[in-house]
Amino acid sequence: MAMRDIASILPLSVGGLSFEADGKRLLDDVSFTLPKGGVTAIIGPNGAGKSLTLRLCHGLLAPSAGSVLWHTDTGRRRHAMVFQRPVMLRRSARANIVHALGAVGMTEAASRADAALARFGLAALADRPARLMSGGEQQRLAIARAWALEPEVLFLDEPSSQLDPGATRQIEQVIAALAAEGMTILMTTHDLGQARRLSQRILFLNRGRLIDDAPTEIVFAGKASADARAFIAGDLLW
Amino acid sequence: MDISSTFAAAFGLIFGLDPQFLQIVGLSLRVTLTAVLLAALIGLPLGALLAVARFPGRSALIVLVNGLMGLPPVVAGLIVFLALSRSGPFGAMGWLFSPTAMVIAQTLLVLPIVIALTRGTIEDLWSEYREHLTSLGLTGWRAIPTLLWDGRFALATGLLAGFGRASAEVGAVLIVGGNIAGYTRTMTTSIALETSKGDLPLALGLGLVLIILTLAINAAAYGASRIGSRFAG
Repeated sequence: MAMRDIASILPLSVGGLSFEADGKRLLDDVSFTLPKGGVTAIIGPNGAGKSLTLRLCHGLLAPSAGSVLWHTDTGRRRHAMVFQRPVMLRRSARANIVHALGAVGMTEAASRADAALARFGLAALADRPARLMSGGEQQRLAIARAWALEPEVLFLDEPSSQLDPGATRQIEQVIAALAAEGMTILMTTHDLGQARRLSQRILFLNRGRLIDDAPTEIVFAGKASADARAFIAGDLLW
Repeated sequence: MDISSTFAAAFGLIFGLDPQFLQIVGLSLRVTLTAVLLAALIGLPLGALLAVARFPGRSALIVLVNGLMGLPPVVAGLIVFLALSRSGPFGAMGWLFSPTAMVIAQTLLVLPIVIALTRGTIEDLWSEYREHLTSLGLTGWRAIPTLLWDGRFALATGLLAGFGRASAEVGAVLIVGGNIAGYTRTMTTSIALETSKGDLPLALGLGLVLIILTLAINAAAYGASRIGSRFAG
């Protein structure tokens, strides 16, 4: 009944986040906050630590140092993640969503699954084995499955890297629509045009370090760091 | 008796639905199916747990289970015999020389196959599903129902392999069952006995049923993997 949103897990505060594997520091002292709303894109060269940052924020990996602090910890996961290669269970499209909903009751899960399928234009494919669907359909199903969990924050790891231009445009429309509905999105992408089209804010990572944290138009106007300018121009970074 | 009349007599037993013949086939199927069912109930969860759990000694346990797949049936029979014999730890149950003893011996033979094949199947599936299931909060044993269901077609093949081993096996059921006519006489023990006695039609008839059963098992295993790739991808 209170006017303030007491349940919100945002803002997310990431402080001094570091990750080491086999003695190599893959992410080094990364700090940023993620407020409610909008699309934030993490860009940078291969191996910069983009996907790693998402995995640490989502809690799939434990940081070597630093912290990932949600504003409130409701106990229930209020953030969901869609992976670069969508993991499709060996079941129908609908059963994939019902499975993810797990804890909620069967009838509740079924109605939420049907709503998610309809929302993302997959209603006709509900009974199709998920693994026999096309790449674009699988990615949409993965997003529908995450959306059905009603997350406040959605992590998207290279959402269209495996897709043809048509399917990529569909996925971008889906992301834009979700953001317009108020979902907070943190995504990685190697597609600079996509980062420009979708995001309002850029996190530029290079060799495990956060170099820039700036509005998208500033970064693409070349007004951020020299490294970011070189990266956007396509000059190799070592 | 020449070969052709032996075959004719064997077919006569099969298609004449000879009561003694049917009783032997029925007991064999009952013992083996019960053993496979028990091995599945125990082995599927254990194999899946072995696939997802990480603990000291896991590698040694995997090697042990893989090694037990080659456990000689007569040795399994000997172990169960010792356990069930009058002076053994379970002697008081009075199970020796009964179908129950044969079920226990065959379960012991099938269990390592089920555990090892389940472990392999589920480990591959877990490496593919791990991030998604972890994202959903399904880690450790909570991931196992999902993994078992999604591995169902490959696991069915493993169970059929276990059924194949148990149904063709003679040493263990002979030792713990005693080959008592009308009570613990199975297809394999009958074939061994009747051949040495010279009753070739009965031995041959049972042999044909065993071969047909083996072919049926392989057809079912092949079908399971085909259905799996068609409907589950």
